Amino acid sequence: MGGSLQVVATLAWRNLWRNHRRTLIMLMAIAVGVWAMIFMAALMRGMTDQMVLNGLQLLPGEVQVHHPDFRRDPSIVNSMPAPGGALLEALEQPPVTGWSARVRVPAVIASERESRGVTLLGVDPGSERALGSVPDEIIKGRFLEDENDRGLVIGASLARRLDTRVGKRVVIMSQDPDNNVADRGASVVGIYRARLQSSEDLFVYAGRSSLQQLLNIDSEITELALTAGDYRRVGEWYPAIATAAGASLQVQPWTELDKFLSTMLRVQDGFSLIFMIVIFLSLSFGLVNTMVMAVFERVREIGLMQALGMRPAMILWQVLLESLFLLGLGLVGGNLLAIITIKPLESGVDISSVAQGMEMMGMGTVLYPVLALQDMLMSTTVVVVLGLLASLLPAWRAAKLDPIRALNKI
Amino acid sequence: MSAITCRNLCKTFRQGEEVITGLDHVTLEIAKGEFVCLSGPSGSGKTTLLNAMGGLDTPDSGEITVGDSRVDLLPKGELAQMRLNRIGFVFQAYNLIPVLSARENVEFVMQVQGVATNERRQLTQAVLTEVGLTGMEERLPSELSGGQQQRVAVARAIASKPALVLADEPTANLDSRSASQLMDLFVELNAQRGITFVISTHDTRVMGYARRLISMRDGQIVADEQQEPQAMAI
Repeated sequence: MGGSLQVVATLAWRNLWRNHRRTLIMLMAIAVGVWAMIFMAALMRGMTDQMVLNGLQLLPGEVQVHHPDFRRDPSIVNSMPAPGGALLEALEQPPVTGWSARVRVPAVIASERESRGVTLLGVDPGSERALGSVPDEIIKGRFLEDENDRGLVIGASLARRLDTRVGKRVVIMSQDPDNNVADRGASVVGIYRARLQSSEDLFVYAGRSSLQQLLNIDSEITELALTAGDYRRVGEWYPAIATAAGASLQVQPWTELDKFLSTMLRVQDGFSLIFMIVIFLSLSFGLVNTMVMAVFERVREIGLMQALGMRPAMILWQVLLESLFLLGLGLVGGNLLAIITIKPLESGVDISSVAQGMEMMGMGTVLYPVLALQDMLMSTTVVVVLGLLASLLPAWRAAKLDPIRALNKI
Repeated sequence: MSAITCRNLCKTFRQGEEVITGLDHVTLEIAKGEFVCLSGPSGSGKTTLLNAMGGLDTPDSGEITVGDSRVDLLPKGELAQMRLNRIGFVFQAYNLIPVLSARENVEFVMQVQGVATNERRQLTQAVLTEVGLTGMEERLPSELSGGQQQRVAVARAIASKPALVLADEPTANLDSRSASQLMDLFVELNAQRGITFVISTHDTRVMGYARRLISMRDGQIVADEQQEPQAMAI
């Protein structure tokens, strides 16, 4: 069996190079096709990653802990105690890399000219930084110094709408747990710019302790947000947090908190596969043609091998192996090309000139292509499986040749 | 003991509307170790009979037995196995696999048989020496003359020690000297190894080497006679 495989492999490899030009053209076509698959998948993955990461920045975190009714009624009535005991212990050890206890309530902010409905975020700046959810850029003033900071940091877009600026005073108004109006004046200490204008309009940052005082809730919080760095692996670690939190709190991964984002992720994987299959199907015509020609040119030789006692199955394997060598070389070339071209782009591609509507999709104007092993493996699988399927017909025809007719073919 | 037994073999071919008779009730028996030539003009049925004996073609009716196997009843897979293990073939042309060297061509059958590498290498070297191709082992067929290519084909046919060699017009594409050398080699192998040779030819000089000459015409055996081989017939 080993000898048969060896001779089949030798024949397949040498036959591949009998027509150098045809083989090289087909190799280039496969390599470019594979590159196109991976490049397209890298762009799509980059777009999806950006959408998800932007979405997680708004959530924020990959996992959130709330009072069981908070998601239905996000008011201060549904607050919960600050983390302690087993939950605090779980938050302080891997895989959790950052967490933040926040007060998140609906509020109204008013300047002397305008008023707007916003979401007031009472945060501890240090914890927010660990969570990665501080605003991207402070364009004027400063961010909050600590959780006792009594100033406010608002978005650039909101500042324009309120016609206010750093140093001016605004009034914030919300409700305490007894449904009484809780309001106070506060200075705007900073203006931030976010990737999404909608974020600038919506989120107003305040010191957590100062907000707790305003709402009269002692050390109560409304939200606990956690991150472990890789949003795709959240399913592996969030159950441990749920166990530590106990039944009185609701622990949800981002896939449950934002169904749109999680669906986008699945859709991206599905689209990548479909695109890869479509690209390879167009390539497969060239491959079938190459293999049919290769068999056609060697009919007498195949007849000779059959006459000498080579079984049809070995002939079939020989043609399939030849195809596999061709596909394998094309895959190596395509993957190398993908690495060479995508790696330098991972630091970001400015697409602002062609992507004015990207924000609506939750994206910025810089695209970060992601070269993922998963996409390289997926394209390899698609190419090998479909390539071998496409080669089955010429291989089967070669195996079914009648040795006498084949030997007598002119 | 018979090497080959054929009884009432019939085979027809269709060429458009015309039906051509390839074999017409051919009956013959070839004993082990015989050196037989099938002679006759083109279209007389020599190659058809040879192909039927080798299990390359199936007769419409009749029986063929090679050794103890009923060739006409064997399924395709077992026919391939029989050709692999019991018969050596030498064809008129296009004998060798062009991408394999002389050594690899000789090893081919043994590799398919699954002969171990060391044994295969030793046998290959021995037969290449026997057919006079020492030093040409790594040459591709395109780098060998017609006569040398046929020698490689003979080496391949005998390397796996078959009981029977079927050769179809083996000298047709060779010059006189190469043809003579090849026939001398056949005679020598027949004498030394006891291999049964059945050679189809319409070359009278080749027929001179045979101890038994079977003449065919229109798919029938018209003469079957023993003869004294003529040394240096070509």
